[in-house]
Amino acid sequence: MQKGAVLEMHGICKYFPGVRALQDVDFTLRTGEIHALMGENGAGKSTLIKVLTGVYGKDCGEIHIAGHEGPAVIRSPQDAQNIGISTVYQEITLCPNLTVAENMFIGRTKGIGTNWKMMNRRTREILDSLGIPATPKQQLGSCSIAVQQMVAIARAVDMECKVLILDEPTSSLDEQEVEKLFGLMRDLRAKGVGIIFVTHFLDQVYAVCDRITVLRDGQLVGEYVIEDLPRVQLVSKMLGKDLDDMADIKKESGIDESVVLEGTPVLEAKGLCSNAGIKPFDFSIQKGEVNGFTGLLGSGRSECVRAIFGADRVTGGEVQMDGKSVKIKKPLDAMKNGIGYLPEDRKGDGIVGDLSVRENIILALQVLKGFFKPFSRSQAEAFADEYIKLLEIKTASSDTPIKSLSGGNQQKCILARWLLTNPEYLILDEPTRGIDIGTKIEIQKLVLKLASEGKSVTFISSEIDEMLRTCSRLVVMRDRKAVGELTGEDLTQSKIMDTIAGGEAK
Amino acid sequence: MSEQIRKPEDSLWKRLTRQQLFIPVAALLLLVVFNLVADPSFFSVSIKENSLGNPVLSGNIISVLDNASELVILAIGMTLVTASSGGQDISVGATMAIAGSVILRMVCGGEVTADTLHMPILLAVLVGIVVSMCFGAFNGALVAYFKIQPMVATLIMFTAGRSIAAWINNNQLPIMNDISFKYAGTFLPGIPVPTPIFITILMIVIFWLILKFTNLGLYTQSVGINANSSRLNGLNPQMIKLLTYVILGVCVAVAGFMRVSRSGSINYSRIAENIEMDAILAVALGGNDLSGGKFNIYGSILGAYVIQFLTTTLYKYDVPSTALPAYKAVVVILLVVLSAPVVRERMSRIKKAPVKTEKEVA
Repeated sequence: MQKGAVLEMHGICKYFPGVRALQDVDFTLRTGEIHALMGENGAGKSTLIKVLTGVYGKDCGEIHIAGHEGPAVIRSPQDAQNIGISTVYQEITLCPNLTVAENMFIGRTKGIGTNWKMMNRRTREILDSLGIPATPKQQLGSCSIAVQQMVAIARAVDMECKVLILDEPTSSLDEQEVEKLFGLMRDLRAKGVGIIFVTHFLDQVYAVCDRITVLRDGQLVGEYVIEDLPRVQLVSKMLGKDLDDMADIKKESGIDESVVLEGTPVLEAKGLCSNAGIKPFDFSIQKGEVNGFTGLLGSGRSECVRAIFGADRVTGGEVQMDGKSVKIKKPLDAMKNGIGYLPEDRKGDGIVGDLSVRENIILALQVLKGFFKPFSRSQAEAFADEYIKLLEIKTASSDTPIKSLSGGNQQKCILARWLLTNPEYLILDEPTRGIDIGTKIEIQKLVLKLASEGKSVTFISSEIDEMLRTCSRLVVMRDRKAVGELTGEDLTQSKIMDTIAGGEAK
Repeated sequence: MSEQIRKPEDSLWKRLTRQQLFIPVAALLLLVVFNLVADPSFFSVSIKENSLGNPVLSGNIISVLDNASELVILAIGMTLVTASSGGQDISVGATMAIAGSVILRMVCGGEVTADTLHMPILLAVLVGIVVSMCFGAFNGALVAYFKIQPMVATLIMFTAGRSIAAWINNNQLPIMNDISFKYAGTFLPGIPVPTPIFITILMIVIFWLILKFTNLGLYTQSVGINANSSRLNGLNPQMIKLLTYVILGVCVAVAGFMRVSRSGSINYSRIAENIEMDAILAVALGGNDLSGGKFNIYGSILGAYVIQFLTTTLYKYDVPSTALPAYKAVVVILLVVLSAPVVRERMSRIKKAPVKTEKEVA
């Protein structure tokens, strides 16, 4: 082992049916560093983490960990924990209906009895020392997502881990919460913990990390000290090619922003509200327009589009499409009116995990076609193959269960599902969350291409620059209320920030 | 560029054990081989005269196919219910009693012993099917709209069903003596093959056609795997769950009719006793996940035949009927453990070692 290293992985290989997920990958983590693991979707980040934590067995290679003679044997997450590797996943894996203290100690108490007093006292100490705003006896579910995330980390830390893996911990946090989390990470680094940080947010990598390891197509690209690798180079290393100037994709797609969109809106909503607790809002979109909802997490962005699609129960307001009044009470009504909706929660609302890629792609069109008119196998095959090719979905075959695809490719399948229905109006709620930068750009380009073909698209993203690149009009949400609409010259980062924060723009 | 590269070839064994139908087919083969070795006469089929003096086929194989009929039909419906709602209907035995009771009441016209039909059989069966569908809808509504665990929801009918069945006939035990009523459960005149076999084949064909020419399969699986996504794709998950329970109701009525037709009578507390457990077992043996989602209806059908094959084999070796469940349990434990994902994973690894060395050489 190298000096100062806490973890070394050598020549790791992992195969899945039809896919070479990892090939001969080396990875080194030093004590007291935050090490970013970067790569596109399907590059092998998650697989490497899962091999390290014993979720998957490796096909070849060795893992060494400081303080252990010879290669470490990691056959299960329990083994990994015992030798000091702790993981905090993107989705919180604790129990929301137990208290914070119970969550901290679950599965770690010895014997039959439980010393509640000691547990609560010890939890308080840890929470205080890490500055986490929670009390031991509080139910975990009543804490914010960020705090839950921190409790998960605190639990890992208390298990005296040497290696802490954070797999996309920030994807459901807002900016302040992220900052708090970073504070915690820096404290831990100072205490000598080696942290592996997996994220898609480049800003965050440059904010906290010391080193970066880049993977691509299951192979190691290289390990870099953060100062030596400017952003542009990092992106080109991840993509394996020079990045086209992202700011220019609007121009490329030939959209002229100065076009004034007039005429009857494709969809116009007045005073729409739903049982999800949003205040009545007005909204309209023209043919060939890309607009968006922006605002902080929980500001009601998603609830607005869910109301339009009929995903939540609509409690008031009226909707007109092409000037004609329509009643959208359930998603099927919206679909029949030519609306498509890619939901925010890909795993919970988007994919049908055990079904094949093919069945997932044809699902919406099949439902529209009707119960008694199933597509023939060859027809379905043709649809699936067409979109697998068009969107470059990486899958072993159209028969592969969608859940075994990487996040970005799953998202492409959902996109394909809606493109197949040829909608007049497509709602994309966070289509790029948890997705690598290459796919992000592809999706953004696709949105603009659709608009140039005369479709209308509503695009929602947490990343404001992404919204700026694609949308020509933004509805700003604050506290479940539409507080402003920005177009043209007002579309700047600072103006949006001001409006979100409740500044002068109105 | 590299993502399409195949993993070093899987061995035949590994591919075989991964097949969903591996366990039921293997179990069936094992039973066949066992019987062949122990006593090949097990498979002999002869022509005998039945009580009416008609020549009919007789033999263990015929009896397996005949007696498995109710179970096969129930297993089909149970598979759909399992797939859509992630739970099982434990009231099928009790609702079979209800359906049988309704049909007997119709054809007997309320008399305790009837010698002639008071209603065309087909009409009586249709009434039985409608009543059974209503009970299915009741179960389905509890599961789909009130979100009650399927096992708890159907516990109601499981408990009450046999009383309701008795109440339908004023607690009498009606006996139907018209010979044509027994055609469906025994033999049609001049045909040596038991009628239940034909009815079962007919039901299998009907469901094959339904699964081929409608989206029932896709919708139930989609709803069973992810109800939220399904709803956002325009499906109505509650409606589809309800539908599967109603379909099971149809299956229950057909099975119930067959059972009362065998004897022309009914015993409320004993008819189709414990058949719900066998039906659930058939679904599990067929390699279907009892928590819902993807299903293979042919697996369940095979599973049902395996169970009956086993029962008949045990009878043949003079296992007393009181001891039968214990013997059955041993075999069932074996089969279920073997079909558990954990064990299957292990089994498919058995021959992994040589594959690995091959890879290293290459």
